[in-house]
Amino acid sequence: MTDTVLISLKKVSKIHNEGRPNEVQAVVGIDLDIARGKVTVLRGASGSGKTTLLTVIGCLARPSSGRVALDGRDISGMPERFLTRIRQETFGFVFQGFNLLRGMSALDNIMLPAYPQAPPHRWLRRRALDLLSMLRLEHRADTPVEMLSGGEAQRTAIARALVNDPPILIADEPTANLDTALTREFLGIAETLKAQGKTLILTSHDPRVFEAGMVDHVVTLRDGRVEERR
Amino acid sequence: MNHFFARHLYLVDFTVASLGRRRGRNLGLFAVYVLLVFVLASVSLMTHGLRREAQAILESSPEIVVQRMIAGRNDPVPTGAVAAITGIRGVRAVQGRLWGYYYDAGMRANYTLMVPPDRPVESGAVVIGGGIARLRQLDTGDIVHFMAPDGRIVRFTVSGTLDSASELVSADLVLMNEGDFRAFFGFPADRFTDVVASVRNPREVGTVASKIALALPEARVVTRADMLRTYEALFDWRGGMVAVVLSGAVLAFVILAWDKAAGLSADERREIGVLKAIGWETSDVIAVKFWEGALVSLLAFLAGYVLAYGHVFYFSGALFEPALKGWAILYPRFRLVPEINGQQVATIFFFTVVPYTLATIFPIWRAATIDPDTVMR
Amino acid sequence: MNKHLRLSTTSLSVLAVALAAALATLVDAALRFDSEALARRNRAALAETLQLSDLSLFTEARYTRHPALADLHSAFQDHPAALDHFPSAAWMPPTRWHEKQP
Ligand SMILES: Nc1ncnc2c1ncn2[C@@H]1O[C@H](COP(=O)(O)OP(=O)(O)O)[C@@H](O)[C@H]1O
Ligand SMILES: [Mg+2]
Repeated sequence: MTDTVLISLKKVSKIHNEGRPNEVQAVVGIDLDIARGKVTVLRGASGSGKTTLLTVIGCLARPSSGRVALDGRDISGMPERFLTRIRQETFGFVFQGFNLLRGMSALDNIMLPAYPQAPPHRWLRRRALDLLSMLRLEHRADTPVEMLSGGEAQRTAIARALVNDPPILIADEPTANLDTALTREFLGIAETLKAQGKTLILTSHDPRVFEAGMVDHVVTLRDGRVEERR
Repeated sequence: MNHFFARHLYLVDFTVASLGRRRGRNLGLFAVYVLLVFVLASVSLMTHGLRREAQAILESSPEIVVQRMIAGRNDPVPTGAVAAITGIRGVRAVQGRLWGYYYDAGMRANYTLMVPPDRPVESGAVVIGGGIARLRQLDTGDIVHFMAPDGRIVRFTVSGTLDSASELVSADLVLMNEGDFRAFFGFPADRFTDVVASVRNPREVGTVASKIALALPEARVVTRADMLRTYEALFDWRGGMVAVVLSGAVLAFVILAWDKAAGLSADERREIGVLKAIGWETSDVIAVKFWEGALVSLLAFLAGYVLAYGHVFYFSGALFEPALKGWAILYPRFRLVPEINGQQVATIFFFTVVPYTLATIFPIWRAATIDPDTVMR
Repeated sequence: MNKHLRLSTTSLSVLAVALAAALATLVDAALRFDSEALARRNRAALAETLQLSDLSLFTEARYTRHPALADLHSAFQDHPAALDHFPSAAWMPPTRWHEKQP
């Protein structure tokens, strides 16, 4: 059933600061398949390697050893330029601290990932506004991002991740700072995206997330290794 | 539209939005930049224009001026020298001149009194330059009093003023006839201030000059080439003074630009990481920095240059007036010929735009090595 | 109708205006050149007939009025702190004899 496997990791390890005294084995020999169109949650305590694994999956970093295949194509040895292209076309990222660019409006932030491809400006603006209204944030379009509340900032970050219409959405600890209502709202958005056919990869140690109904797979990490799959 | 242009338009969008975030700081830097270019370009256009004026006058000035020196100081030339010089081979015409300085104690201004070689002035009358006319509020028909060295008050009627467009050479002139001049200063009847000579063959100026020096050992012979050299030295020296003062400003600016450019703040590094993580290539990030440097410095250069042009050619370099005027009370009104020295403008461009743009882009090569995964930490 | 002005449009327009202004100075210079150059020729002609050799720009002291002819060795004759034409004067100011002696 390889056609349902979107991303496949084989014996992936990631060592931070390799060869230096502060060397850290963050991920150790992980084998993992991410299913297309499903919601996968990487679960584990703080420091268990979730974020590191996510950077490898999302082509933000190359594994120290092992292979990563995207749609059956080995991408672990590709040069940075190709990885950039893949990131741009394939992944949308919602970072843990959102990483919106301060001083710019929500709308500008959302449009940013599309700049290098330079679609028609009118079209891009329309698309960003559509995403904002889908996330019920159209009234905040021109607000500088530092004026947004936590939930608004997250929805802006989600809109930015979606602007290039990537098939895969990656979110690191998406509910870490959200109250129950906002967490429920995030899960609602995630469900909508899943319904649209997107593949979602989340990290979380929040039971409200990995016990949610729409989650298909939960992979539990401990000290950089897979402890349990469900 | 062409993808290349479309992409760069987006990058400019980002650059400008990015600059707008530290608006006060960036506007301040921009203002300093414009001011620097303005001053440099003003000095450059102004000195070039004045130099050309001086050249134009020197080109038609006497080929040889003979002064007399006694104990190393100027002294009036005996009238007999005219005949002596006329006898030298190669000399075409010789003329004794009468001119001198008059200090107007009331106005604290220096005038140049002279007997014009080309026009008759009635006894008791003077023709005055535009600067004096303005300073003393004189017009044709008015009466003016000068105090002679022996204390007499001498009364003159203004019989005319010199063309105001010629103030740059004539602002402080007072023309009078020979009798009045000699009587006013008590100038000995057998002396001239100096003697001018022209030569038959312009290439023989040097030879003729040394012949004059031989014939009149107490003479000091000044050729047009000497005058030209003096002027070059004068402008170089005054221009050099300005350059020394300005180099401090340029250095300060370079340090400012370097500090701004070299210090990629933690925020900027993070931002570059974010841009790379969301799919920007390193070349996009570098292009943004290029645009930042190019937009700021090009705009500052153009604005500074245009302001300098207006300042020099429409307002006669009014801001430099105090420096040029010095202690003087009399200052000519003048309009310089708008000649733009491409080389000077190019030099200013090269020393302001290029270093700034480079200083802006340079540190980004280090930023290019920022890994995109840094933003996940 | 979505009227939205892009920053790139605005900023590049400003740049274009500045460039046009810079080019306009060249045009202006060319347009004014003839009449101004004529004025300069007239000045030079006056200088020639009056046998002048200098600009009447520095009238502050007798020896600065005619740099081409001045007795350059007579610095400080008009004011004890007046600049002479030698660079050395910039490095060593004239003695201030009127100041209190220690
Ligand atoms: N860039 C890095 N440099 C050095 N060590 C790192 C880096 N990123 C993560 N680590 C270390 O790797 C381990 C796994 O971290 P991380 O992947 O962030 O776990 P989690 O996201 O589950 O909290 C931790 O011990 C952490 O300190
Ligand atoms: Mg983490």
